[in-house]
Amino acid sequence: MGGVEGYMYPNEINLYWSVLIVVYPYVTGLVAGAFILASLVRIFNVKEVAPTYRLALLTALAFLIVAPLPLLLHLGHPERCFEMYFTPHDTSAMAMFGYVYIWYLMAVLLFEIWLDFRHDIILTARSSKGLKRAFYVLLSLGSNNTSEHSLAVDERAGWIVTLIGIPSAFLLHGYVGFIFGSIKANPWWSSPLMPVVFIFSAMVSGIALVLLVYMFTTRARHREIDMPCVDTIARYLLYIFIIDFVMEMLDLVHRIYVADESFRSINFMVHTKLYFSQIVLQIYIGTLVPLILLGIVQVTRLSPSLRKAIYALSAALIEIAVVSMRWNVVIGGQLFSKSFLGYTTYKIGLITHEGLFMAVFLTLLPLAFLWVLVKILPPWPELKRGMNRVASVTMP
Amino acid sequence: MNLSRRQFLVLVPATAVAWQYVLAGTPRDAPNYQLADHWWGMLLDITKCIGCGNCVRACQAENDVPDGYFRTWVERYLRTDWNLTTPEVISPDGGKEGFPTAEEVKDGMYFFVPKMCNHCADSPCTQVCPVGATFITPDGVVLIDQTYCLGCAYCVQACPYGCRYIHPTRHVADKCTLCYHRITKGLTTACCENCPTGARQLVDLKNPNDPIHAFLKTHDVHVLKPEMATGAKAFYNGLDGSVR
Repeated sequence: MGGVEGYMYPNEINLYWSVLIVVYPYVTGLVAGAFILASLVRIFNVKEVAPTYRLALLTALAFLIVAPLPLLLHLGHPERCFEMYFTPHDTSAMAMFGYVYIWYLMAVLLFEIWLDFRHDIILTARSSKGLKRAFYVLLSLGSNNTSEHSLAVDERAGWIVTLIGIPSAFLLHGYVGFIFGSIKANPWWSSPLMPVVFIFSAMVSGIALVLLVYMFTTRARHREIDMPCVDTIARYLLYIFIIDFVMEMLDLVHRIYVADESFRSINFMVHTKLYFSQIVLQIYIGTLVPLILLGIVQVTRLSPSLRKAIYALSAALIEIAVVSMRWNVVIGGQLFSKSFLGYTTYKIGLITHEGLFMAVFLTLLPLAFLWVLVKILPPWPELKRGMNRVASVTMP
Repeated sequence: MNLSRRQFLVLVPATAVAWQYVLAGTPRDAPNYQLADHWWGMLLDITKCIGCGNCVRACQAENDVPDGYFRTWVERYLRTDWNLTTPEVISPDGGKEGFPTAEEVKDGMYFFVPKMCNHCADSPCTQVCPVGATFITPDGVVLIDQTYCLGCAYCVQACPYGCRYIHPTRHVADKCTLCYHRITKGLTTACCENCPTGARQLVDLKNPNDPIHAFLKTHDVHVLKPEMATGAKAFYNGLDGSVR
């Protein structure tokens, strides 16, 4: 049998979860991570990163819109997907997805974005004509109050929504980790650390993405990059990345030291089929290099232009690390037999509906959504009349 | 009976919903079959299996199993004296056409292991199904409602025994049904029917006259991967410790 070494159960030779299931946790993680960055401003009062606040929210929304698409495309019967809402199976970790998704989209993200942009939407509606005006009136949901009191209510409500949003973001991605971590049949996945690792890697990937998007859009708009802002983001990125790396290494070291029955299979995979994606891409290039680079910035005095270059490079490498991590979990977990006696090969399609092009398309599609969103709701700090209001807000 | 209009309006849709379940719980073509009277499983006797592949062929013919996928299959183990935990295993085309002639070994032994869905009482596949399309019947058979299955393959990942697959044309989960369409009519499964050595026996643990009770008292019977705690009901006689 082509691509099989040793013995696989005959039904295991083909992989049932394709590269689209790699895209799904990656995209969902970006949502959670971007939201956590936004919450730094609101809840933890980290004023320096305020310029990225609204951009982070829109980025989270753009990626959240796309998050269910890889799952839908992967389903054998996508037309039955609403059964998960109407007749969810209460013991299934996956059955929660629909509810967590809708909760996060409607109750947290859309609500928070609406609250934050409500004032701008009303002002735009007032200063526009025709269809544009009708569109923004529709977005305002009939709200027309721009009094100081109403803005204060927005702030207060937004703060509460963000407060609810932080555990929701953890729930959204922690549960994705739990989907894998709770499969006792698969030792590569079965670990209580899985949700924790997923949450921290999600935060890292989302923060790195917003950093990249902020630097790119600021440069594209011929504005000055706010150095205290990117310095602060990079610092938080480093701290959270260290926690993420420690968690992942703890998991790996535990597996190596305990060396149970599955270890022979896992050890073989890490040294062969997953060597490039796990050791080279994820650990060396995607983790150690950015950790060292971001660490150097913390202990030396480098020029702003050099720091910016380091941040952009590190953020890009971190994205590679997180995509690789998702790949290693999802694909890696299906490459070995549950008999622990053999290995199969993933033959990725190119232009099939679950192929590589579709995966790349779905990963980049949110950027198109983001482009549309920033056209409708410009998040740029200099445009927000009350930006300092957010930055200086000191909520109870 | 005195029913108010309000009570009537509540009762009618409730009865309509409940009636579907009443119908679903009773196999239509087996009027005398009582779900509560049975608890099905399978006895697989490794000491009797000759690896002929009859069971695999019978299953494929009876259940229209697509080529390359298996509701049941047979593995041939070679366990050497020097390596008791890492046997050499083969199952060419699921053992459907038997096995190549084995080389003689002096310091080891060959044996055949038929595999199938274990119809676990606490099955992980049932637990993870997001819509409940996979379920266990009151008589102990794990089935899939293929008109309801999303084809997400979470159950395939959750099965520790590799018994499930996604049907290549129906795009839903598929696996052994323990020939539910036969056993509810008083027949045995296709694989048991066609096993020339009696290595496979359908067992009904709720039937006090089933020979399985005497067999279990006198033989060393195990289930696969007991550490998975799935309540497996595929009982193996003569199961070697190297079998996974």
